[in-house]
Amino acid sequence: MAPVDKSKVPWWVSNLIVPLVNLTLALLVSGLFIFIAGENPYEAVRLIIYGSFGYIEGFAYTLYYTTNFVFTGLAFAVAFHCRLFNIGGEGQAYIGGLGVFLVAINFSFLPVPIVWLLSIVGAVVFGAAWAFIPAYLQATRGSHVVITTIMFNFIAASLMVFLLVDVIRDTAQMGPHTVALPKEQWFPSFKDFAGLFGIKIRYSPLNISFLLAIAASVFVWFLVWKTRWGYEMRAVGHNTQAAIYAGISPYKNVIIAMCISGGLAGLLGVNEILGVHHKIVAGFPAGYGFTGIAVALMGRNHPIGIFPAAFLFGILYQGGSEVTFDMPNITRYMFVAVQGVIILFSGALENLFRPQIESFFVNRLNIKASA
Amino acid sequence: MEFLSDIASLINSTLRISTPLVFAAMAGIFAERSGVIDFSLEGKMLMAAFVAAVGSYFLGNPWLGLLLAIIACVSLSMLHGFASVTYKGDQVVSCVAINILIIGLTTALAAAWFGQAGLTPTLNEDQRFLEVNLPFAESLRDVPIIGTIYSDILSGHYIFVYLAYLSVPLVFWVVFKTSFGLRLRAVGENPSAVDTAGINVFAMRYKALAINGVLIAFAGAHLSTAVNANFFREMSAGRGYLALAAMIFGKWHPKTALVACLLFGFTDALQIRLQGVELPAIGEIPVQLIQAIPYVLTVVLLAGFVGKAIAPNAIGQPYIKER
Repeated sequence: MAPVDKSKVPWWVSNLIVPLVNLTLALLVSGLFIFIAGENPYEAVRLIIYGSFGYIEGFAYTLYYTTNFVFTGLAFAVAFHCRLFNIGGEGQAYIGGLGVFLVAINFSFLPVPIVWLLSIVGAVVFGAAWAFIPAYLQATRGSHVVITTIMFNFIAASLMVFLLVDVIRDTAQMGPHTVALPKEQWFPSFKDFAGLFGIKIRYSPLNISFLLAIAASVFVWFLVWKTRWGYEMRAVGHNTQAAIYAGISPYKNVIIAMCISGGLAGLLGVNEILGVHHKIVAGFPAGYGFTGIAVALMGRNHPIGIFPAAFLFGILYQGGSEVTFDMPNITRYMFVAVQGVIILFSGALENLFRPQIESFFVNRLNIKASA
Repeated sequence: MEFLSDIASLINSTLRISTPLVFAAMAGIFAERSGVIDFSLEGKMLMAAFVAAVGSYFLGNPWLGLLLAIIACVSLSMLHGFASVTYKGDQVVSCVAINILIIGLTTALAAAWFGQAGLTPTLNEDQRFLEVNLPFAESLRDVPIIGTIYSDILSGHYIFVYLAYLSVPLVFWVVFKTSFGLRLRAVGENPSAVDTAGINVFAMRYKALAINGVLIAFAGAHLSTAVNANFFREMSAGRGYLALAAMIFGKWHPKTALVACLLFGFTDALQIRLQGVELPAIGEIPVQLIQAIPYVLTVVLLAGFVGKAIAPNAIGQPYIKER
């Protein structure tokens, strides 16, 4: 098939129709998996929709997951604009959580809003620091970040378990977790807000970190598309040689992109520590870092795309837990597989039907224009 | 003598632990020499482990399990080729997709079919590979030095261990001494020149990926039907990435990659030994930190303290026939 002139393709075809077709294909394949596992895919979809929208707490859970996926999705996207595959969001979030906790517990004498602000800075600094070493090695030695960031995930997991068991464990308790932060430092939850308006709802982990996720999205949009640095970074990602000729240092941009990426992943620790657990629990990143990859690829690495993609994964996670509750043959790992399928269709196989769809719409618009 | 037998058992475990890494590194050499990045070794190894264990459990024969694992891995390699060779998608994204898909799918299906959280049933002796005792191993055991080397180090391994080390010279021969190998390397270095010579670049890359799938299947089967008697969740534990690092460290050559794999195997064998041991001056190192040693070593090796690794020239780039 002859490729169509890219400039003639309307934006909504390449950024809306094509991703939706890819998503539909991914969901069809996922339905097949659910069928292989011995359950009814149609019933699973019904449970997913009920679980994520059917009642207020369920919807709050959906938005809570969305918050995490916005952070990790943005993290992957920022690095991706510099053509770096930061699949170490998991480890960076873990270490970022350590930053949140250490700041909050050591500065508890300060007024609460200042502690929150410092904790957020702590999350960003710790997450960025954990991304720095792979970034530095990529920039100076060409060590591929895919391998080094994966290794740093393993190393972070070992380090955190070591800290939680031997160093900062709450010795009064059995489990590998720290002491709880003082109650006044806890982020106000959605339940608290509803209570202000006299609405009584049951517990959900949704908290004001959701607003931080919105702020982070705006920040990334501004940074990547509206600043000189964002331009330089995209130039390095697009064509390193051309960037060098233009006097842009790939070395500097690789390191900055990875550190911002790591910092964004670290923000997941804010939601989990200040908003939900109020202490460090072993393994709290729980795969959100990996899901960020799927979210970013589906959202075409733009905050405007990442937000709905994160919401979709929120639906999948929250609805998915409803499914695992009602369908004994389905475990949460089924939804990890679904993520893989979505990455495959919206990332690697995104060109599968793109030429056909684009030429179809371009031809139709041509006919309309000439008529 | 205590010391000598300690060394012998350390070398013995090094050979065993390195085995899946060697298969994976050889698999990686085929893919990457042809110009296709393969981070999906990890996912394929996990898939092979799952399919081999389940296949052997239902069919009662580990060889049939291995055969199914080979089919599964070659299919995944073809999927990778379909996305990144035919449809020119991003090769790294394709690999990440396969890895995440397989982590989820294997665990989910194990839970759905066997009702245990990501575990397959334990295989009995007929359903798994057993250790191979080399001839005369028993009678030679008491001969000094030779007995230790032959009976304690070389004998008594699973069949995969021997196959892995035999595969290294074989891969070397195929890649560097045959016309197929010449074409394979040329496709990875300069695909348009190969195309001009009338060789199908796409077909070469698919062939390389098929061989890659066969080799990586052995690594997975070794994990679930030989050293262990079942599959468990995420049992590949980063070995695919370790092997890839070993391959890069070995500069895409079978012989040097083997050395790097053995180095990884040795560190892993050593870390198992070090757990719970009081070291002079340092004391007991916490087990979590010891377990991180192979991962730290991977990063250190990749950082390349022995010169920069030069990848095949055309790696990661989809071949477009007409520009």
